[in-house]
Amino acid sequence: MSIANAPATGPGDAPAADGPGTPVLPDAPWRTTWRRLWSDRGSRTALIAAALLILIALTAPLLSRLGGWSPTAFDAGAIDPYLGGLPHGALGGISAEHWLGVEPVTGRDLFARVVHGAQVSLLIAFAATAIVVVTGTAAGIAAGYFGGRVDTVLSRLMDLTMSFPSLIFMIAMMSVAQDVNRVVLMTVVIGVFGWPGIARVVRAEALSLRHREFVEAARACGSGPWRILTRQVLPNISGPVIAYTTLLIPGMISTEAALSFLGVGVRPPTPSWGQMIAEAVAYYETDPMYFIVPSVFLFVAVLAFTVLGDALRDILDPQGGRP
Amino acid sequence: MIAYLIRRCLGVAGVLLAICAVTFTIFYLLPADPAAAACGKTCSPERLAEVRHFMGLDQPVWRQFGDYLVGIFAGRELGSGPHAIQCGFPCLGYSYENALPVWDLLMDRLPVSVSLAFGAACLWLVLGLGAGVTAALRKGGLLDRTLMVGAVATASLPVYFTAVMLLYGLVRLTGLLPYPAYVALTDDPFAWAANLLLPWVALALLYAAMYARQSRSSMIETMEQPYIRTARAKGLPARTVVVKHGLRSAMTPVLTLFGMDLGALLAGAVITESIFGIPGVGRLFYDALQRSDQPVVLGVTLLAAFFIVAANVVIDLLYAVVDPRVRS
Repeated sequence: MSIANAPATGPGDAPAADGPGTPVLPDAPWRTTWRRLWSDRGSRTALIAAALLILIALTAPLLSRLGGWSPTAFDAGAIDPYLGGLPHGALGGISAEHWLGVEPVTGRDLFARVVHGAQVSLLIAFAATAIVVVTGTAAGIAAGYFGGRVDTVLSRLMDLTMSFPSLIFMIAMMSVAQDVNRVVLMTVVIGVFGWPGIARVVRAEALSLRHREFVEAARACGSGPWRILTRQVLPNISGPVIAYTTLLIPGMISTEAALSFLGVGVRPPTPSWGQMIAEAVAYYETDPMYFIVPSVFLFVAVLAFTVLGDALRDILDPQGGRP
Repeated sequence: MIAYLIRRCLGVAGVLLAICAVTFTIFYLLPADPAAAACGKTCSPERLAEVRHFMGLDQPVWRQFGDYLVGIFAGRELGSGPHAIQCGFPCLGYSYENALPVWDLLMDRLPVSVSLAFGAACLWLVLGLGAGVTAALRKGGLLDRTLMVGAVATASLPVYFTAVMLLYGLVRLTGLLPYPAYVALTDDPFAWAANLLLPWVALALLYAAMYARQSRSSMIETMEQPYIRTARAKGLPARTVVVKHGLRSAMTPVLTLFGMDLGALLAGAVITESIFGIPGVGRLFYDALQRSDQPVVLGVTLLAAFFIVAANVVIDLLYAVVDPRVRS
């Protein structure tokens, strides 16, 4: 199956880039991956979009200063008090002053808010993904490599976690906890329910690696389990893990947005995309731009990471290991 | 087969017990004191103690949990003395909000959520599998690429965005559909369907997109198997090869996914229900959270877990019937 899928990814793996003078050494794996990602129009666009979003999230304070507004500053001059607080001007008050318009009633700058929202949304999504990947990989390797009782206990725990109604549970936990750092809490709550998926994939990989010749050889040479795990097993499962990690991110972004949409995520005035959309729902007819701006950001983020994840999976893990 | 069934059911009981314990620990150890909330602002310490006793909150946690568990299977008496309330067989406690039995509240809302879930499930299975299998059979073609681009874009749209857009387009702008207001199936089947159509479509679009992606990759993988080549080589008509040999085994992973998704939705699609204002279990849950009505929150969580586990068992049993190797 791996052979059948490999040529489908197109001309990216052709060694055409090598000039006559270059030595014909095989490329480092990450270079091959990079070249194949870049050669496909869809994944290249996704890569650029994802990189842009990350850049926006990283430089949010700088960008909003560039725009001239802080995400929490009110601008009474930008809204029309006689029209129920709707923004002055067409398209939700888009102007040279407010690049993406303003919020109705408060007149807060949408550009500053959506940019800061990117920071919160992506921070939570990435941190939760990190938790999921680290715990999931550790549990999967332990279960698959050691087998026996460790495997039984961990597999049961995976089944149990997967039987939890995760969204309902997350909502409940988020609304029960009152006075803690919402961003940290949200990251942990989202992360707790995600690990069994990747653990199963890793477990299956580790199980098949356990009796391969090179692992046996390392064992025969007297390597301890820690050395074998870090030097033999881990590098060999890194492909599927990277692909799966990228595919986890869009789900995490959506979950964060859903929780914030329901009002149990980050608390105002800290902006997040889901929360902004929730506030904008009431205005979708009178001020559609207010609703569309955060929705477009959320949509692009989820789409970009999904396309990127798909492409990485085709390159790094062509034969499956799908959840 | 019988032994397998018994083993499976014991496993289910264990999982449900564990979920119950975890849920109970989290929600009953929280800082907010429901007795103080129920008693109001002008509450004397004696009265508060009375309320706490009545709610069973003066007992140690393990004792409360034990009572709760016993209550589910045998019913129990809440409080003591002349004011005691008898809570019958599936006793999940009483709502702090309106003093109604949680079980009755759940059963009241369940038909709504089940209507929503099943309608949407039918729709997304037809759309998703149709698109996925069509795309797989024309792998690499224009139709395949169009469908898959559409699927990945649709799957990236949050359900609340789709819902608002549908509301705007089909209700406000054109008036093709009524604004969703739940009508019971037994009252008026036509109005039931017309009112639920919008939520069905909103929910189904998201899942259809995911199922299209899943079933496409599964179908492509199956169609590359040697036994498909054999079936073709012995001269079976293309239709038989695709439907009887291909589809049958390609649907196995999709079926697992379907069990999980449907199970999770049966106990309420929280977001969809709160957007369309449908009075289902998800809405009940959301409202209960706003008022920290813990017995209701706990009840919905348990119901949801029950549906997920039950759906898993049903799917496993289906496998066991189809594939004898599973039973061992």
